Amino acid sequence: MAGAADGREMFAITRVPRTIALVLAGAAMSMSGLVMQLITQNRFVEPTTTGTTEWAGLGLIAVMVLFPGASLMARMGAAIGAAFLGTLVFFAFLRQVRLRSSLIVPIIGMMLGAVVSSVSTFIALQFDALQILGVWFAGSFTSILKGQYEILWIVALVVVAVFIAADRFTVAGLGEEVATTVGVDYQKVVLLGTGLIAIATGVVTVVVGALPFLGLIVPNIVSLVRGDDLRSNLPWVCLLGIAIVTACDLLGRLIIMPFEVPVSLILGIVGAVVFVGLLLRQRARG
Amino acid sequence: MIRCQGVTKSYGEHATIGPIDLEIPTGGVTALVGPNGAGKSTLLTMIGRLLPLDAGTIEVCGHDVRATPSRKLAHVLSILRQENHISTRLTVRQLVGFGRFPHSQGRLTARDQQAVSDAIDFLDLAALEGRYLDELSGGQRQRAYVAMVLAQETEVLLLDEPLNNLDMQHSVAMMKQLDAAARELGRTVVIVLHDINFAARYADRICAMKDGRVVEYGPSAEIMRADVLTRVFDTDVQVIDGPDGPLAVYY
Repeated sequence: MAGAADGREMFAITRVPRTIALVLAGAAMSMSGLVMQLITQNRFVEPTTTGTTEWAGLGLIAVMVLFPGASLMARMGAAIGAAFLGTLVFFAFLRQVRLRSSLIVPIIGMMLGAVVSSVSTFIALQFDALQILGVWFAGSFTSILKGQYEILWIVALVVVAVFIAADRFTVAGLGEEVATTVGVDYQKVVLLGTGLIAIATGVVTVVVGALPFLGLIVPNIVSLVRGDDLRSNLPWVCLLGIAIVTACDLLGRLIIMPFEVPVSLILGIVGAVVFVGLLLRQRARG
Repeated sequence: MIRCQGVTKSYGEHATIGPIDLEIPTGGVTALVGPNGAGKSTLLTMIGRLLPLDAGTIEVCGHDVRATPSRKLAHVLSILRQENHISTRLTVRQLVGFGRFPHSQGRLTARDQQAVSDAIDFLDLAALEGRYLDELSGGQRQRAYVAMVLAQETEVLLLDEPLNNLDMQHSVAMMKQLDAAARELGRTVVIVLHDINFAARYADRICAMKDGRVVEYGPSAEIMRADVLTRVFDTDVQVIDGPDGPLAVYY
């Protein structure tokens, strides 16, 4: 590219936006996973194991079918709104069944996600929009171009907000009773966290697509090394998230050169392997 | 000082707590004892505003627990529940640091660090302060939780069966530390105890509950009588003179 006449232009139109998108999406999704794990006190949740991503997809497809000419902002708003409601429903369910530390939580989350995603597929089939759905669910940075990704900067604000409220999230992670004892309004923190997760997931789903397991593996790896003090961990969570997404994206571009494999495919495989590793490790520790 | 007036709470059709009228003066250790299901933990949880009451009022240091914002109450009372499943991976020092949240909202000042160190020293945790909670034994973890509520530096300290998971040695150490907190630090300690003899030895006052009501309340010496304990626990209890005061024998 460096030698080509239009190299500089190409670089600015495709490579720079792609890199920025990788950084923003990687950081945002890793952090969403961490906040979600604190709020639910469960190590195995993240936006793709709780149905949040699928809800965002449902919101997206619904608005595209109902209002075909909807602007990008409207589509994103629908995705965020649906992600928020769906996640609240899931959290409300968790409070009822009290299965916090168990593996059943992500299993139920994935089942819920599968149901929601079936509804999306059904709607898409009815309105001949299956192709759109496929593009959105396979998270990929291929189509990130100048002029299309800028909206991702919204998630930078989410990152800042999580940083400011970091201690509150850590306290919420100690449970509702401990949080109340030290004077933290647990419900408010849950709402705030759900809102931030929904915004990050909604925006990333609309612009990039699903990035499975990222929010699961990154916080768990950081936790093993550095514990769970959110405020001092946040930079590490962001950096590791960015590194993993970037590595998976590169791998996806090299594996069948000159074509590309969606990054979500690589992440899915890497994530599943790490997930199983975590499970075995937890079992070994009792 | 803690004042309960006409406090009631119902669960389903059968279990009802109250009405309870109780006044716990400032300072010293007050033990809540009684058979299983008597409502000790429920009463403690209501005083600590973790459970809403159905009727009546509870005042802690002049603050109505229902009307006062939780954030403000966090300066007056701290409560430790019996079951604590903390899955968050924190070091002992980080956990105790969160006891300072009402004072600093998470950004610990030098004053906060001092309070954290004091609480850690007080519970003999200095050697463990850098260890993660999941690397500790149940007893060590229990002490870390108590250090956290102690670091909150509230006038009133409510503890729900803190001797659970503790062996003989650590139970005695924990009671001595709580006794010292009441005496040296001037805290008002209210503690749910399973073992009546621990209450006899370390509590200034004993409040005996049964079927959701307070049935006996007074200085420990007055409650440690065979007829009173037999009535409260529905078991034949004899009281003998031990080396450190009365001992209940019911085996």
